[in-house]
Amino acid sequence: MPDADTLLDARGIGKRFNALTVLSDVDFAIRAEEAVGIVGPNGAGKTTLLNVLSGAMPADAGHILFAGQDVSRLDAPARCRRGIGRSHQIPRPFGGMTVFENLLVAARTGGNAHGAAAYDRCVDSLRLCGMLPFANRRAEALALLDRKRLELARALATAPRLLLLDEIGGGLTDAEAAELVDIIRVIRGRGVAVVWIEHIVHVLVQVVGRLVCMDGGRVIADGPPDTVLRDAAVIDAYLGSAAHDHPVG
Amino acid sequence: MTQITVQRWTPAAIAFALAIAVVLAVLAAGPLIFPAGFTERLTALFVYVILGAMWNALAGYSGLVSVGQQAFFGLGAFVAILLSNAGVPVYAALLLAALAVGVLSLPIGEVMLRLRGGEFAIGMWVLAELAHLLVNLDPLVNGETGTSLIALDAVPAAARRADTYWCALAAMTALLGIVFLLLRGRIGASLQAVRDDEQAAASVGVRVLATKRVVFVLAAAGCALAGALWLATAITFQPRAYFSVQWTAYMIFITLVGGIGTFEGPVLGAVIFFAVETLFGALGVWYLVGLGAAALLFALFAPRGLWGAAQRRYDLRLLPLGFHVVLPTTGRIIR
Repeated sequence: MPDADTLLDARGIGKRFNALTVLSDVDFAIRAEEAVGIVGPNGAGKTTLLNVLSGAMPADAGHILFAGQDVSRLDAPARCRRGIGRSHQIPRPFGGMTVFENLLVAARTGGNAHGAAAYDRCVDSLRLCGMLPFANRRAEALALLDRKRLELARALATAPRLLLLDEIGGGLTDAEAAELVDIIRVIRGRGVAVVWIEHIVHVLVQVVGRLVCMDGGRVIADGPPDTVLRDAAVIDAYLGSAAHDHPVG
Repeated sequence: MTQITVQRWTPAAIAFALAIAVVLAVLAAGPLIFPAGFTERLTALFVYVILGAMWNALAGYSGLVSVGQQAFFGLGAFVAILLSNAGVPVYAALLLAALAVGVLSLPIGEVMLRLRGGEFAIGMWVLAELAHLLVNLDPLVNGETGTSLIALDAVPAAARRADTYWCALAAMTALLGIVFLLLRGRIGASLQAVRDDEQAAASVGVRVLATKRVVFVLAAAGCALAGALWLATAITFQPRAYFSVQWTAYMIFITLVGGIGTFEGPVLGAVIFFAVETLFGALGVWYLVGLGAAALLFALFAPRGLWGAAQRRYDLRLLPLGFHVVLPTTGRIIR
C-alpha cells in the first residue's frame, strides 16, 4: 500500500499498439523526493511508461494517482500543471524560439509563474543547466547535447514535483556525465522526485537510490541498485546482452 | 542573482513605434489631403494588410496553414449584406458581420483544428467551397447573380469613399494592435511552441487546442472584416468574386514575400503586393502567374521573406515581441 509519502502510484498499467502489447500490468510508485532509475533492453517499454505517466498517451488499463488524486484521465498539459515534468529522448525544442523563450513558455503555462517570477525561474534553470550563455540563441541552432540540456532546463522551468527524464545522458563524455550527475543532485536537493531512464548504469547509480528493470513490457526487478544489478533475471534480460551493446559500468 | 535582466523595449523599438504613430496620423488625414483615386487605392491596401496579418498569425505564428481563408472573407461580406438589409446601420453592419463570423468560426474550429498539417489546409479549402455553395443557395443572392450593399449605394460617392477609408484604417490599426498584444503576451509564446512542436508544447503545460482556437477565431473575424470592407468599396456582391481562392493566394504572397513569422513582414508584403498590383494588375492572367511564381521563389530561396532577411542581416529588433536576456558582466546582449 502507498504510504503518505507516495507521490505517484501507478497500478496495473497496460498499453497496446494494435496487436503489440507494450506494457502489461505494470505497477510503479515513487515517493516524494525519491530518485528511481529505470533500465532495460530496447523495446522493454520504458519510454512508453514515461509517456503514459506524463499523459502524452493514455493508458489502456490501470490507474495513476499523483499527490493522492486520480490523474488517469488528465491530458499532458493538465498533468504538467499539477507537477509532472518530463524530457524527451529525442529532443523536441521549440526551434523557432530562443532558448530563453523555450523556458518561458514552460514557466508560464506548466509552471503557472507570472512576470518577474517567471523570468527568474527561467534564468535559474538556465544557469543550473549551464545554458545561460545560449539564452538568446534560437533553439534550432543548438547542437544535440545542448538540445538535451534544453530539454532538462525546460522541464525544470515548469517547477515539477516529479521529473521524468528519458535518456538525457546518452552520448555524453565522462566529464559531461559528471556535470549532469551534479545537476540532477541539485534538482533532487530541491525536493524534486526524479525518474530517470538511462542505459549508462554507472552514471545512474550515482544518483538513484532505487532501480527498476523492465523487460517485455513488465517490471522484472525493483529494489536497491546493488540487489537489482545482481538479480539473475536482470542479468539474463538486460545486462548480459547489454554488456555488448551498452557501457554498463 | 538579479543583475540579469530581460529586455523587451529598446530605444530603437520606441523610435520605430513613434514613427508608426506618425504614419498612422498622416494616414488618418488621408481623405482630406489625398486625391479621390488614391484614397480608394489606400483603402484596398489596408484590406491587404489585414489579410496578410491574419494569414501570418495563422501560418507564421501558429503553424496553421489555411488555403480556405476566403471562406471567412466571403462570409463577412455576405453577413454584412444580411445585417444591412435587416436595418442595421451600414458601417455597424460591417463590424457586426466580422463579430458574427468570429462566433461562427468557433464550431468550425472545433472540427478543423483537430486536423493536422495538410489535412487542415485541405479541410479549410473544402470549407470555403461549401460556404460558397451555401451562400449561392440564398434566394437573395440567387446563385451567381449576386446582390449589392444597397444601403451604401444611396450615400454620395465622396462621403462613402472617406467613411470607408476611415473604417478600413481603423480596422487595420485595431487588428494589428490586437495581433501585436496577442503575440507579445502569454498566448503568443504558447502559439509558437505549438507551431514548433505540439507534443512538446503539451508536455510543458500548453493547452494546444484552446491556444489554436484563439488565433483561429481572430483570423476568421479579421478576414471577415476585410471582406466586409471590400464589399463597402465594391458595393456589389457576387459570391464567385468573394469566395475565390485568389484571396488566400494574395495572403500567401503577402506573407511569404514580406516575411512569414515576423510581425512587420506582412505589412511590408502588403505594400509590395499593392505596388505590384498597381503596376502590373492590368496584365490579367500573366499578372497572377507572376505573383504565384514570385511567392514560390521566395518560399524556396528566401523563406524568411524580405523583412525576415533584413532582420537577420542587420540584427533588427524593432517591435518587441520576443525576449532578450541581458547579462550584466559584459553589459551587452549575448547571442
